[in-house]
Amino acid sequence: MEFLSYLISGISLGSVYAIIALGYTMVYGIAKMLNFAHGDVIMVGGYISFCAMSYLDLPWPIAVLLAMLVCTVLGVVIEGLAYKPLRQATSLAVLITAIGVSYFLQNAALLIFGATPKVYTPIISGTLKLFGGQLSISYVSLVTIAACIVIMIALTLFTDKTKMGKAMRACSEDKGAAQLMGINVNGTISLTFAIGSALAAVAGVLLCSSYPTLMNTTGSMPGIKAFTAAVFGGIGSIPGAFLGGILLGIIESLAKAYISTQLANSIVFGVLIVILLVRPAGLLGKYVPEKV
Amino acid sequence: MLKVNNINVYYGSIHAVKDVSFEVHQGEVVTLIGANGAGKSTILQTVSGLLRSKTGSIEFLGEQLDGVPAHKVVNKGLAHVPEGRRVFLQMTVEENLEMGAYTRPSIEIADGIADVYERFPRLKERRKQIAGTLSGGEQQMLAMGRALMSKPQLLMLDEPSMGLAPLLIEQIFAIIKELHEAGTTILLVEQNAQMALSVADRGYVLETGRIVTTGAGAELLNDDAVKKAYLGA
Ligand SMILES: Nc1ncnc2c1ncn2[C@@H]1O[C@H](COP(=O)(O)OP(=O)(O)OP(=O)(O)O)[C@@H](O)[C@H]1O
Ligand SMILES: [Mg+2]
Repeated sequence: MEFLSYLISGISLGSVYAIIALGYTMVYGIAKMLNFAHGDVIMVGGYISFCAMSYLDLPWPIAVLLAMLVCTVLGVVIEGLAYKPLRQATSLAVLITAIGVSYFLQNAALLIFGATPKVYTPIISGTLKLFGGQLSISYVSLVTIAACIVIMIALTLFTDKTKMGKAMRACSEDKGAAQLMGINVNGTISLTFAIGSALAAVAGVLLCSSYPTLMNTTGSMPGIKAFTAAVFGGIGSIPGAFLGGILLGIIESLAKAYISTQLANSIVFGVLIVILLVRPAGLLGKYVPEKV
Repeated sequence: MLKVNNINVYYGSIHAVKDVSFEVHQGEVVTLIGANGAGKSTILQTVSGLLRSKTGSIEFLGEQLDGVPAHKVVNKGLAHVPEGRRVFLQMTVEENLEMGAYTRPSIEIADGIADVYERFPRLKERRKQIAGTLSGGEQQMLAMGRALMSKPQLLMLDEPSMGLAPLLIEQIFAIIKELHEAGTTILLVEQNAQMALSVADRGYVLETGRIVTTGAGAELLNDDAVKKAYLGA
């Protein structure tokens, strides 16, 4: 029973990682860049929903939508102002810019909200008790897992079945060829940032609902772990982000429970290194033969 | 139909295309031939908006193309099959064709795909196959079929014979002839001058970014300088 409870909380934590990892992986797939600031968009989503619920007394679904809206706009603006001018620049220049954006967001939040952490009110409280109370699962965990599954299915359908989704895949493979087809590559990149940032807002709400301390650096550790999850699953792959996120969450949760809380993070990253030594492209990283 | 007037294209400090002017008339097959690095692909990419010329103008069907973003060019009736095919390797054959029809209304896509399958029955057999697993010849057919999906008035082909076995080259050129007979105007870039000149109405010979000779296809085939430089005679 104890094991089951750790497993479920691992899956729930992993679901948050997976939702964040989707943003990393989609942006990487299309813009071939590591959007280091993605984790901080989560924090912004947390603060927006916090303000909406605590200061404006809005119901949580409205707060979530508001957070998604603000983060979507933020993501598109970041892309347009900071990354788009660097389309021809080296990847190192883009990475440094992304780190800059990350610090900018963290410091802006510090300026606006101060250094004292806010206590986030979870969107749903209470726990589900099973087996005569032996197993208790928080509703937040269940909602998180459900949200992750719904997002995963929706995103898969979007990229596999819709014209826009296919155009996105085309751009991530070959931007020049995509333009020759009539696809607006800049528009498609913006759309990808928009989707990734909206998902980051959702992740922010879910994360803060499980771990209710909200401060300006709230997004950075989950951001790095989700990035790890994306690489672990195979960067650029949507199912890879999902799988990587969930596995990372489970490993972290079990490591904390059975090995050591202090060492949990080291174990998580250790597993990543081992996996990458064995499978450099990640678990579901694609290998496509090229013909000349 | 297409009028390229005095274009100059640079890659940084490399002057790749120098004062190039040429024309393609409705219904013609025109070929640009030249050795490696002569600037052939650069010219096609400039026409389709992927690269920009510092000077001159490009006019297509009476409209200026300079400054038109690359993704808006295809909708004007100009399709470009790039060098190396550049099909979407991780997408299926059918998805590649759908991408070719990106700018067309979705109700026309099924008909367009049926037309392409009629011309390339091999693609129909492999419709659900991932393009990355096709042979080189099949990828070339897919790249051409994908371009035809936009129902172009002018089809630009960049080295369609590259890397193919002689038998397949024959097949590809037979298809080019068929397309021509069906009324498609074609701008063909080739290193295989023999083949290209034998299907072309007219040709232009490029040397290090400059057009050095022009004439009817048959005429260039017998031109001594061309023979010497490109036909190994
Ligand atoms: N991306 C690039 N950056 C810098 N120089 C380039 C680039 N692409 C082409 N060039 C240079 O421009 C010149 C023309 O190249 P281009 O690709 O147009 O030649 P080509 O005639 O198509 O040759 P090939 O038959 O080998 O395809 C060459 O000198 C080439 O080195
Ligand atoms: Mg070339």
